[in-house]
Amino acid sequence: MIKFEEIKKSLFVSLWFMFLTFPIMVIHVNPIDKIVNWRWDNLLFVGCGSFILSFFWRYFINRKKSGLRQSSPVISPLSNIMARLRNDPKLFRTLIAVLAFIAVAFPFTFSTYQVTIMTTVLLYIMLGLGLNIVVGLAGLLDLGYVAFYAVGAYSYALLNYHFGLSFWIALPVGAILGAFFGILLGFPVLRLRGDYLAIVTLGFGEIIRLILENWNDFSFGPSGISNISRPSLFGIEFSLKSSSIFLYFIIIILVLLTIFVVNRLQHSRIGRAWVALREDEIACQAMGIDKVKTKLAAFALGATWAGMAGVIFAAKTTFINPASFTFHESALILSIVVLGGMGSIPGVILGALILILMPEYLRAFSDYRMLLFGAIMVLMMVFRPQGIISDVRRTYELDNKGASG
Amino acid sequence: MNKILETINLTMDFGGLRAIDGLDLHVNEGEIVALIGPNGAGKTTFFNCITGISPPTKGEIFLTTRRKDRDKIDGLKPNYITKKGMARTFQNIRLFPNMTALENIMVGQHCRTSSRLIGAIFRNAFTVNEEKLVVENSFHILNRFGLGPYTNEYAKNLPYGAQKRLEIARAMATRPFLLLLDEPAAGLNNRETAELNVMIKSIRDEDKVSILLIEHDMKLVMSISDRIVVLNYGRKIADASPEDIKSDPAVITAYLGEEFVA
Amino acid sequence: MEYFVQLFLGGLTRGSIYALIALGYTMVYGIVELINFAHGEIYMIGAFTALIIASVLGLYGFSEISIIILASIIAIIYSSAYGYTVEKIAYKPLRHAPRLSPLISAIGMSIFLQNYVLLAQTSDFLPFPSLIPEFEFMNPYSHIFSSAELVIFCTTAVAMTLLTIIIKFTKVGIAMRATAQDRTMAMLSGVNVNKIISTTFVIGSSLAAVGGLLIASHIGQINFYIGFIVGIKAFTAAVLGGIGSIPGAVLGGFILGWTESFATGYISSDYEDVFAFALLVLILIFRPAGIMGKSRVQKV
Ligand SMILES: Nc1ncnc2c1ncn2[C@@H]1O[C@H](COP(=O)(O)OP(=O)(O)OP(=O)(O)O)[C@@H](O)[C@H]1O
Ligand SMILES: [Mg+2]
Repeated sequence: MIKFEEIKKSLFVSLWFMFLTFPIMVIHVNPIDKIVNWRWDNLLFVGCGSFILSFFWRYFINRKKSGLRQSSPVISPLSNIMARLRNDPKLFRTLIAVLAFIAVAFPFTFSTYQVTIMTTVLLYIMLGLGLNIVVGLAGLLDLGYVAFYAVGAYSYALLNYHFGLSFWIALPVGAILGAFFGILLGFPVLRLRGDYLAIVTLGFGEIIRLILENWNDFSFGPSGISNISRPSLFGIEFSLKSSSIFLYFIIIILVLLTIFVVNRLQHSRIGRAWVALREDEIACQAMGIDKVKTKLAAFALGATWAGMAGVIFAAKTTFINPASFTFHESALILSIVVLGGMGSIPGVILGALILILMPEYLRAFSDYRMLLFGAIMVLMMVFRPQGIISDVRRTYELDNKGASG
Repeated sequence: MNKILETINLTMDFGGLRAIDGLDLHVNEGEIVALIGPNGAGKTTFFNCITGISPPTKGEIFLTTRRKDRDKIDGLKPNYITKKGMARTFQNIRLFPNMTALENIMVGQHCRTSSRLIGAIFRNAFTVNEEKLVVENSFHILNRFGLGPYTNEYAKNLPYGAQKRLEIARAMATRPFLLLLDEPAAGLNNRETAELNVMIKSIRDEDKVSILLIEHDMKLVMSISDRIVVLNYGRKIADASPEDIKSDPAVITAYLGEEFVA
Repeated sequence: MEYFVQLFLGGLTRGSIYALIALGYTMVYGIVELINFAHGEIYMIGAFTALIIASVLGLYGFSEISIIILASIIAIIYSSAYGYTVEKIAYKPLRHAPRLSPLISAIGMSIFLQNYVLLAQTSDFLPFPSLIPEFEFMNPYSHIFSSAELVIFCTTAVAMTLLTIIIKFTKVGIAMRATAQDRTMAMLSGVNVNKIISTTFVIGSSLAAVGGLLIASHIGQINFYIGFIVGIKAFTAAVLGGIGSIPGAVLGGFILGWTESFATGYISSDYEDVFAFALLVLILIFRPAGIMGKSRVQKV
């Protein structure tokens, strides 16, 4: 039974939010025609919405608090499934086989449009996994991740435009340039406290975009660069349809490569140093770990991945301009990591699937995308900071030196 | 005797507050030295200074390694100092909470291993081999400190006593020749304190690691130390054997006040 | 020479606005050690509220002076209310969480508020009425220093003085300083820390609203995105002066204002925003504690 106290509280919250949102939600002035549009219905929505949400809010906050007190790990059904997969190699292999089959069959069963969407999802999985190294493993909040993505995309576009360089050469070049910029930016900032990195990367992202917009001789300004070549295979050019299928497979391979690399790094000497750094910087240094070098490695590796993804993006769209590299992109990639689960590979994959496919198939959502990303970041941090699928550390047994993970 | 740690005129200021004031202190090879003093005397600050976490305002610090090199270490970053062979624990436990006990120990071995990013990706023979040794070694260390049952538990889920032991074990994993312990007995019950006593002695006798410990538990301090250094307001007010410390009027004054001096 | 004076005074005006907003960052940082990314959005909401209220009152035929006063007061009230609410939702539940959590939550809040205004109002630039009258006595100097600039400068000076008085002499101010020094100790001495944190957000937000009003009426247009860049710049000012230090924030604001004013005046105006950022990176490299900041030693 809901107590009267509770209702009173919620009523108060709802009144507060009706007051708070009144000027912005209700009044709409058209300064040219000089009419005021009073949208009273919005007031009703806000009132009812906040009344109901405040119950949920308090319920979850209380649950979190009591959860902390009992210190019983709250295991979500998804994490349960993940744990079962980890402990049952046969089930795991079956699942992989099924997924592989779906992945291969997908472009031949569905339309080019669907394939393009899937390609986008895969691209964001790659970006998410790259950012995951920086944010999830090393605990460095990089808000300008998109800058390195832009570096990759423009390096391919420009090299292709001026020198006709092919995709396959541009791919490593983009990666190296991404790493270069990562080190350049990271070196001065990574010595400092974590918060500074957040704001400097945020600024850096904006600066890169401003430079691309204003430096016409270099980047062709806001009009961007078009007619970027699609990837070819041994000099064979493809038709539009087969070319998008080809790109789909390239990205699949690169995503697999990413997963492979991140997975290996995660449980290596350097990966452990990253996580330790995230957990406690001072203790980490007292263990003989070089803070700056270790952070720089994570930051640069993340930037490398963004650079590589940028090259693919340029090849995929064949047209790029600064508008593709706004802060919104960084926010999207960060939401993927935060929603899915920081540090967790399956989490990031799930996060990308949800956040890219949802606005694509539920058109109604697409207007509210950014609003949603913001809300996700706040709510996940408050209620489930480990994400949907939380990262689980590997376990070791003494007898068989390998791992059971 | 061989001074493995020596500070000369060490001084640390926090704004107007002089937390350590011209401190000369040394630890000889094979010694267990206790650093005691009232709350706020500057003991933890001393640890932070010599481990490079907050570099001293003034003064010199020397460390004589097992290879008998006498190195000046003030101004070095903490990680270099650890690598030279001085490891520490913290007054408020600072484990890596979301890593398992075993992983905590593995991180401790970071500075004694050398595989790199590329090696980790391609898993070359060197990396695989090193990783295997690290895992074996970590099991060995865990078992030695009685932490075997917690191997794959997250550090944050360990009971308090086990967390304290894990911190010492982690410090030992860096293979130091000098171990600094900041209030290792704080919060432990009598049985655990007795175990700690044995453990510290075995670290000195079996691992040949010298020890400098900060401790408020006088029973432990008196029974374990070869020498006791007393700090008050950042100054050294006594440096003597346990017996002599017990009857030192300056120490009694600092702890109990003027009127208790016999 | 006249050009130089013009740029100098322009920088002073700009700088005083940055200083107003930087104060919010610095105060919050001093107390909860958090970069309140949503602070720029609070300022944007202040400007929007003022615009909406002023337009409505204008249509109902209120006199100019009453519009200015009412719109300003309501904007300040609303900004404070938003600041208060943001703290309760996005930061308070994360007081004891790892450092990364409140940072992510803060950036999420910033994105949320931007898009909330975008969706509820518009993505277009809206013309913002000049709230500041032209003074006649300023006419002879108007080519180098306008009435608006004078008002901005004076308002800032008054706001800063008020703030200094609050912090130095009132009970709340003393409690705030105590909380900034050592939260646990403050709590043990009977300071209601939650209340002090809320107060800090409210004061910081109302200063941001004042800044928002001034800048919007100076530039003459606003949109949902103005908080973002100005937020980064004000943060730069705060870091420049030494984050956590109130006089530092003011000094940082002026230095940033002059840097921008001279750089755009003598070098190029295309890269206005780049200069601020370059300054930020340089400061972080050469003097991370800022000009007036003390380098804090972390307690272990
Ligand atoms: N980072 C810091 N900034 C400012 N003052 C500090 C800092 N760290 C320590 N102090 C001050 O220096 C003095 C010495 O503190 P320290 O922690 O070294 O004492 P301690 O001897 O370890 O005491 P305890 O037995 O309580 O642990 C205290 O007055 C303390 O307030
Ligand atoms: Mg201490």
